[in-house]
Formats: sequence, structure tokens, C-alpha cells
Amino acid sequence: MHSCGVIMETDHSVLSRREALIKLLRVAAAGAGTAGLGLWLSEHSWRPETALAITAKRGHTVAADANLPEMAIIQGDDPAQLARQAVDELGGMRRFIARGDIVLVKPNIGWDRTPEQAANTNPDVVAEIVRQSLNAGAKKVIVTDSSCNDARRCFQRSGIAEAAQRAGADVILPDPSRFKEVDLQGEVLHAWPVLDVFLNVDKVINIPIAKHHGLTGTTLGMKNWYGMLGGPRNQLHQKIHESLVDLADFVRPSLTIIDCYRILVRNGPTGGNLEDVLLKKTLVAGTDPVALDAYVAKAYWNLEVDSLPYLKLAAKRGLGTYEFEKVRTRLKKLS
Amino acid sequence: MHFPKPAKLRRFSQIAFFLLFLFLLVRTEFRGTLTSSGSEIRLPYPVGLFFQLDPLVALSNALASHALYRGLLWSLIILIPTMFLGRFFCGWICPLGSIHHFFSSLKSERKRGKQLIESNRYKRWQTTKYYLLIVALVAALLGTGIVGWLDPFSLLVRSMGLSILPATGYGLRAFLSVLDHSRFAAVQTAGAILHFILGALLLGFKQPYFRQGVWLGIIFIFLIALNLRITRFWCRALCPLGALLGIVSRWSVLGLVKHPEHCNDCNRCLLRCQGGDDPVGGVPWHQPECHLCMNCVDECPEHGLQFKFFPQQKVVGANLQRRKVLTGLAAGAALVPLVRSTPGFAAERHERLLRPPGALDEEYFLSRCIRCGECMKVCPNNALHPTLTEAGLEGLWTPVLVPRIGYCETSCVLCSQVCPTGAIWEITAKEKGWSVDLASAAKPIRLGTAFYDRGRCLPWAMATDCIVCEEWCPTSPKAVYLRPAEVIDAAGNVKQVKQPYLDPSRCVGCGACEHACPVQDRPAVYVTSVGESRSHTNQILLNRRKD
Repeated sequence: MHSCGVIMETDHSVLSRREALIKLLRVAAAGAGTAGLGLWLSEHSWRPETALAITAKRGHTVAADANLPEMAIIQGDDPAQLARQAVDELGGMRRFIARGDIVLVKPNIGWDRTPEQAANTNPDVVAEIVRQSLNAGAKKVIVTDSSCNDARRCFQRSGIAEAAQRAGADVILPDPSRFKEVDLQGEVLHAWPVLDVFLNVDKVINIPIAKHHGLTGTTLGMKNWYGMLGGPRNQLHQKIHESLVDLADFVRPSLTIIDCYRILVRNGPTGGNLEDVLLKKTLVAGTDPVALDAYVAKAYWNLEVDSLPYLKLAAKRGLGTYEFEKVRTRLKKLS
Repeated sequence: MHFPKPAKLRRFSQIAFFLLFLFLLVRTEFRGTLTSSGSEIRLPYPVGLFFQLDPLVALSNALASHALYRGLLWSLIILIPTMFLGRFFCGWICPLGSIHHFFSSLKSERKRGKQLIESNRYKRWQTTKYYLLIVALVAALLGTGIVGWLDPFSLLVRSMGLSILPATGYGLRAFLSVLDHSRFAAVQTAGAILHFILGALLLGFKQPYFRQGVWLGIIFIFLIALNLRITRFWCRALCPLGALLGIVSRWSVLGLVKHPEHCNDCNRCLLRCQGGDDPVGGVPWHQPECHLCMNCVDECPEHGLQFKFFPQQKVVGANLQRRKVLTGLAAGAALVPLVRSTPGFAAERHERLLRPPGALDEEYFLSRCIRCGECMKVCPNNALHPTLTEAGLEGLWTPVLVPRIGYCETSCVLCSQVCPTGAIWEITAKEKGWSVDLASAAKPIRLGTAFYDRGRCLPWAMATDCIVCEEWCPTSPKAVYLRPAEVIDAAGNVKQVKQPYLDPSRCVGCGACEHACPVQDRPAVYVTSVGESRSHTNQILLNRRKD
């Protein structure tokens, strides 16, 4: 059979020593690799835990000025003019905005309602504050809110998206992927998902609208901070006063303007019925968020400080004073 | 003069219509604009276009309602040319057909050489679709829209919109999230750019989830996988629209002319035949099966096949057997009484069968709804889902509102705008009547009524403040009202809390309270269908009956 002798036919039934060795080495290497990987993995066993909350900048207040009023109450027909006047009375926008600042304007865009229904902040006021911030040298003005109803509808039907965009703001929808777990370092609020645009801004301007609320009687400036949170916000009512103060302490806005142009006096905070709306044609602006809330609660809902426990808690935390009669106030009626 | 080959034109047409379909499907979503505040929100594109072009939807709607819902008349621009030309729609336009066409063209172990040629010959089982059509049309005449289980657009929108697209979105978001969490700034930036592009093209504002999405997806993938065994099995054997178009093309004037003198029995015409209509020599051509894909004309090396007007050649029609037609008629006729022999439809409605606003009363609803899922796709709150058993077997995949996942948005009527058949009759936000004074509203649309489970409610059972339900209640005056109460907590302290109550005469059943309730797993307030304004019988209140 092997007569020719030159061509060796491989005999498949018998391995050469060399081939056997190589085969053995290959299996041994695979075995050692598997064992090594197994050992390495078993060293790295860990119990999964939720990602740690990050800490973020707290507080955006500007320096107090004893020559300027702390609260301005402006009345008149044109919401934009009221906003302009209110800021002027408090010393002008340049007091609050430095050149190159990134400014966050936080209206209430919580509900799928039109401006007349007074469930969201007046769009003309928002637009005017955006314009003034840009005129004062802000690099960028962001307008956002984490709505209750579908955000796309709220931003559109409130008229705020259009008005703010026209005035030059970046209108940012609360995209669910934008929430970051933040340590609020509060007394009742610790790690919560916060809309990321709240985290890297220089100044914050709060523009809530004054409305009736079933639990506390009224919802004003501090309650507007619910709108920076994601997550199970519906649990906050269980300790509403403590959580309001924790949020207000975290943000400490540069400026607060409570929109009382139209106020919702019944069936808040959603409203819907024009008969629930009163035309007050007033803006209340200032640097002391506690005094502002206390004043508006008394002026429009006749609520005393004792019926809104968060006011005293906030004062204790050093956020301001609930004795609004004692703050420097400018009252002005525009004709 | 050089004309592009017909098969090339066909491919161009298929791609164009598929992209149009995909675009319209992705845009079956309210994406928000910055303008037109306060006015009624409408979608900027005719997203239901393909349904309006679908003669099967029109025919079943006509049989069920003795009329044609708005826009369905457009289906004539497919139906009438089909009478003259044949099933050009299947080969040139239908996006589901194009998907099958694409997957059929993939290489497959089971379709090679002789096997492939044999599998593309006409088969008797291709008549199945005609019998399915008969069953579905008789059922439509007797009052149930189950034709939508098989209608190609219902199938496609339901599968893609409720399963394939959400799954794609889920995968893409997971990938983007990995990029976003990268240690490297460059990767993060690339991720942000990609997110922006995908957000503009494909991803919606929120990741949607649909009940039964996985099953709808598996059925769809299975139907596509069949192409690896038999080219366009769906189109050849099952599609009732293909059957309808096949029947009406029986007398079409465009036909395949075979020149036997050129044929050398190479069988190449069968290689890429889509319809299984025997373009091959020696046997008659099956006209109703042909999709006019023109591959056989392209493929014939002897130029022995031609499409011609008024061809003088013997052709075979749908090839139906009388006995099976009669069986189909009988099956269709038996179907409706059979599925309604359970008490569900007549006496024992599922308490959670909350239909979208504008939905007709159940009897009319089931006859018109084609289970297409457009309403579910468009709902901004992801509130509408396909039913499994809530509406009975007959109502499989009809829409149900699931408040725990999403409530019905106060001024939104998008589902009624996209419904192709009027099962959800088109309404305006004003007709819906939720964001106005309910006392002055003529008759608000009500989906059901909310009820409290006081054993789970915080102020009722746990001496804790809450009333988020009252906060969210969109009516004015609110249907949820509060009463102060003194309660004693576990430590024995007396506490003041506000406890919620419900006024059924104000409740519209939107489900916002149930959605917002902090008792996450089984909410302490929930909506059931009783009180729904579409029904005269499913009521609680005596004075509501006269509405």
C-alpha cells in the first residue's frame, strides 16, 4: 500500500505525540482560563445597590441690599409691564443677574390648561423675565418645569413654551432621561430624582402662580419646587410642610415673583372653570420667599401664618421671615 | 429611449411606500409644538392614510355600519384600479407585503434550487385566504370587526406600533444610557448627539409599554419567519386584503402573456415569483394570485413572458370550492352568536373595561373596531392597551384604558382623531367637556366612575395626610371632595386629616386619581366602567338614564 513512500497518508486513528501534546495544551489552557475567570468573578461578587445620589449646588441667593425693598407689590393692566416694574422696584435685573450667568426660570407649567384658566403661570410674565434676564447679560435662560399632566400638552397649551421661546429662552421639556438622583440633604427628603437643568445654573428665578389647594388651602412660591422633582412625588403630601421647606432650602432662589394676575380661588390646583378665576392684576415679587408666601396667603386667602405651618418651619431654617409686615415693601399701582 | 426595468421601478415604489408608512407610524404621536397654544391639538400628518386606502377596512365598515366612515371612500383609489390592473397594491404598495418580500429574498436552507422552484408553484392551500375573507366579512355583517385580526394594516400597526417600535426604543435608550454613563467625555458627547438625532427621527418623548406587546411581537416575527420556508406565505395563504383584491381583479384587463414557443422549461420565472401564480409554461396563469412584481418578466432569459393589456390567454381565477365557500359562510354566521353565548357582552361586563373617550356603545364599538392599535399608539399617556379577555374573546386587542399606567388627559382627543373606522367617533375637546364647568357642559363624556378602597387610603386607614387624588381631579367642581376628620394614630394622638369622598355625578372616569394615588401597587382609588356615558344600561344613578 505504501509503495510510493513519498506521500505519507495521515492515519486518523493514531495521533502523533506532537499533536496529542498540542491538543492537551489547548484543553488545559481553556480549563485554566475558565477556572481563572471563575475565581476572578467570585472575588468580585457584590450586592446590587441603587446608584449613589450626587450632591449639587445649593442656594442661588444674591446679596441683600438695605437700601432696596425686599418685596414689591405691583398692580396694573399689562402683565409684562407689571413684571418689568416689579424687577425695577427691587433694584433692576442687573442686581440679580451677572454677565454670563446661566439662568433658570421656573414657572408653573403643571397642567394642561390655557392661560385664562389660571392653572399655570401667566406666559407674558415669564416672557418678560426671560427678556430682562437676557438684557442683563445672561448667557442663557432656561425655562422648564416637570409637569403633572402630559408635559408636551402643558408646555404648548399654557402658552409658556411659545412666549418664552420668542423671548429668547431655551425651553426644555422634562425628558424622563433628564432626571438625576440627587441628595437633597433635607430633613425628610434625601435622595430624589431631580431634573438635571436645575443642577448647573448660576441663578434661579421662581415664577409660581397663586392658586387654591385642597390640602394646604393655597399653593404659592415654595410649592412650585415640586416641579423640579421626578419620582414618587405623590408621597410628598404626607409631610407636605417639611418637604416644602427641604426643597426651598435646597434651591434658595435669587428672585421670586408670585403671579397673582389671575388667581384660582376654587378647585385648585387644576381649575378648569373660568368661574374659579379671579382677576387681581397683581404681581408680588421679592427676595424673601417666606414673606412673599405669607403675604399672598393673607391677602388673597385670608390665611394666617398658623394655618400654613411650613412658613414657620421655613423661618426656623433661615429662609426668610413670615412677618411680612416687617419687610421693606414697595406698593405701586400702574395706571 | 431607455426605460428602467419594471422590477426596478417596483422596488423603488415599495421602498418609498414603506418609508412613508414608517414615517406616519412614528408620527402617530403628539410631539408638541411651541405654537398654537390654547387651540385644539391635532396631529400634523394624515397618520391613518394607509387605513383609508384599505378597501378591506372600508368593506367591513360598510357591512357593519351600512355606511362609510370619513376618509374610507379613499380606498376606491386602490379598489377600482385593482379591478383593471390586478393586485398591483400587494406587489408595489403594501408595506407589510414589502416586509415579507424582503425577508423572502434572504437565503434559506429550506429554499434552494429545486426546492425553491417547487415551493413557488401554485398550491391549493393558497385559497385559504379567500375562506378567511368570507368568514371575516360575514362576521362583519353580523356585527363584529374581527377582520382586524388579519387585516394587513391592523396587523402591521398593532405589531410595529405596540411591540416592535417600543422594543426598538427600549434597546436604543438602553444603549444611549450606556453612552451617557461613560467615563469619557467624547463618548458622552457622541451619545448626546445620537440621542438628539434618534429623538428627532424615531424615539418618542417617553418610552411606551403595552400590555401583550411581547405576544404581538412574537406573532409578527413568526409570520415573518415563515418567509424562510415559503416565500410570502402570509400574502399567499392568509391575507384577507390580498384575497379581496384577488377576487376583484378576476376580470382585470392587464395580464401575463406566456409565449410557449420561447419557453425551454428552465423554470427561472419561478425563482423569484412572489404570488405563487404559475408564470411557468405548460400550465395556466393564476391571475388572482399575481402581485405584478414583474420578477418573472425580468428573469426569463428568452423574453417569453410579457404583461399586456387584453391578453388572449386562458387564466385561472380564485379556484374556490363551493363546499368550502359554504363552510366559510356558515363559520362566519356561527361565529358571532357563538362568541356572544357567554354572559360578558350581555349581562356581565368586565368592570375594568374602560373604553377611550368617544367610543361607541359596546355593540357598535365591537362591530367597527378593527383592533389596529392606532389609538393606543397615539395616546400621550400610554393609557390605552390591547385587551386580552376584558372584552371577551371577540374583543381581543380592542383598546382599554388602564389608569394605573396612564389616565385620560383632560383636553386630549387624539385617539378619536386617528381611529380609522369611527369605533371611537371623532370628538372635539369641547364635546369631551372636561375642561369646562361641568354644570354648564351639555353632557360630558364619561368613561366610568371612581371608587375608594378606604382600607388602603392614607387619610382613611393610616391617619396620614394625602389627597393627591383631589389635587389631580380635573373637573370643576371637583368630583373628589374633602371632609375634615379627627383620627387617632397608632400612638393614640388625635390628628386632623382631610378624607376624600367621591361625587359620582361629577366624576368623568378619567382615572387621574387612580394614576396619582401613592399606593403604588393597588391604588386606594380606582375607576370602573359603571357610569360610562356611551352605555344606557351600565349606570348607577337614576337621573343619568335619561341622558
